[in-house]
Amino acid sequence: MGTWTWFHKLASPPHFYRIAGKMIPWYAIPAVVLIVCGVYGGLVLAPADYQQGDAFRIVYVHAPAAWLSLLCYTVMATAAAVGLVWRIKLAHALAAATAPIGASFALLCLATGSIWGRPMWGTWWTWDARLTSQLILLFLYLGYQALRSAYDDITKADRASAVLAVVGVVNVPIIHFSVTWWNSLHQGATVIRAGGPAMPPSMLIPLILCFFGFTFLYAALACVRVQAEVLRRERNAHWLHDAMGARGAKE
Amino acid sequence: MNAPMTSPWAAAGLVLRRDLALAFRRWEQVTHPVVFFLMVATLFPLALSPKPSLLADIGAGVVWVSALLSSMLALESLFRADVEDGTLEQLTLSGQPLAILVLAKTVAHWLLSGVPLVLASPVVATAFGAAGTAYGVLMGSIALGTAVLSLIGSVGAALTVGSRRGSVLLSLLVLPLVMPVLIFGARATDLALHGDPSAAGPLWLLGSMLILALTLTPFATAAALRISLE
Repeated sequence: MGTWTWFHKLASPPHFYRIAGKMIPWYAIPAVVLIVCGVYGGLVLAPADYQQGDAFRIVYVHAPAAWLSLLCYTVMATAAAVGLVWRIKLAHALAAATAPIGASFALLCLATGSIWGRPMWGTWWTWDARLTSQLILLFLYLGYQALRSAYDDITKADRASAVLAVVGVVNVPIIHFSVTWWNSLHQGATVIRAGGPAMPPSMLIPLILCFFGFTFLYAALACVRVQAEVLRRERNAHWLHDAMGARGAKE
Repeated sequence: MNAPMTSPWAAAGLVLRRDLALAFRRWEQVTHPVVFFLMVATLFPLALSPKPSLLADIGAGVVWVSALLSSMLALESLFRADVEDGTLEQLTLSGQPLAILVLAKTVAHWLLSGVPLVLASPVVATAFGAAGTAYGVLMGSIALGTAVLSLIGSVGAALTVGSRRGSVLLSLLVLPLVMPVLIFGARATDLALHGDPSAAGPLWLLGSMLILALTLTPFATAAALRISLE
């Protein structure tokens, strides 16, 4: 019983609203530091690639964006499933807050991939397996958003979109493998593969910094967006008026 | 809740018979998707070129894209009428497991929208210059594929039935989910039309996708319907 009280406490909107507000700087500051260091290391310190020259440097945005687009979908589907099973409103708020962030990262990944593909493959777009499955992931995000916006009632929107997110997450590996068997031209996995990474440390370390920096950035953005979601959902609640009133009195 | 008088499977049989009887009284519900299928297939030679070599190359893809769009069109009607006249609420309250009743409705929907496409697909394939020997694989792949489309689509139909923006929204939700079906279905058909014996591979994958969809989607559809009916 006692082990679950923190969970219930965390799931209460007033409590989480305060926690999220306190956590924002703890995520945002490391995000800025890590991304600035990673980008500096990647753009200035790292040597040029012997094959791709300086063009490879876009990987410092492209690869973390790809990672984040998948992470966001996982977070969204997990939160949606938790919200569906235990009827926790805050989990739905987290899923709703994560979807646009994930969609933006998916779009960023596609855009940087396209810009990278122009000098490397000589074309803005190829129907390569990873590009296509990333595009389908973006479509899944857009479908989720479209379903949310189709319902005026927020509880209905939450629960309907949660079912879609859960169905989607079962489908993501199937989509991934079907598209891989369909066609493959993208370079193989570089960072995580058997036999260690195929990158010298001077290239790899900035990339790792960027991965962590982007992940912290997501956490900070998610906190801000969940706060906004809570404000929107609880706008008639007493605790919110009290909290706002107290702040107003202090100022 | 009172214990139901009939067993779940008997109730499912009744739902299936009811849906089929209703469809046979409204025959255009069955014929319109087939006509749409044939029309979409006609668009491709008009838009590209009537060259036989090109048509033979794209034939499998055309059959599949047309079948996909046609079954999207038919999905819209899967639950709408029953929600509007309250039948679905009665089914929910009947005390029978909703997932099984929903499965029966989806099977009826496939019999009415999928099977006609299976029967019409050799006509389109012939028009695109396919050899006569591959009809078995062609019809098999369309049959397996449309069944998966109906099952996955039933989740989308259940999710959108409560909202006002039905049709376009439904396609936005379902199309990304069914792209693997398109990939394997078109691949099996293409290999078969070119006389390649390895068409069995994608066909098995389609079959395993059907089993997975058959196992999981009725529960998702039932959950989605309960949300839409709230």
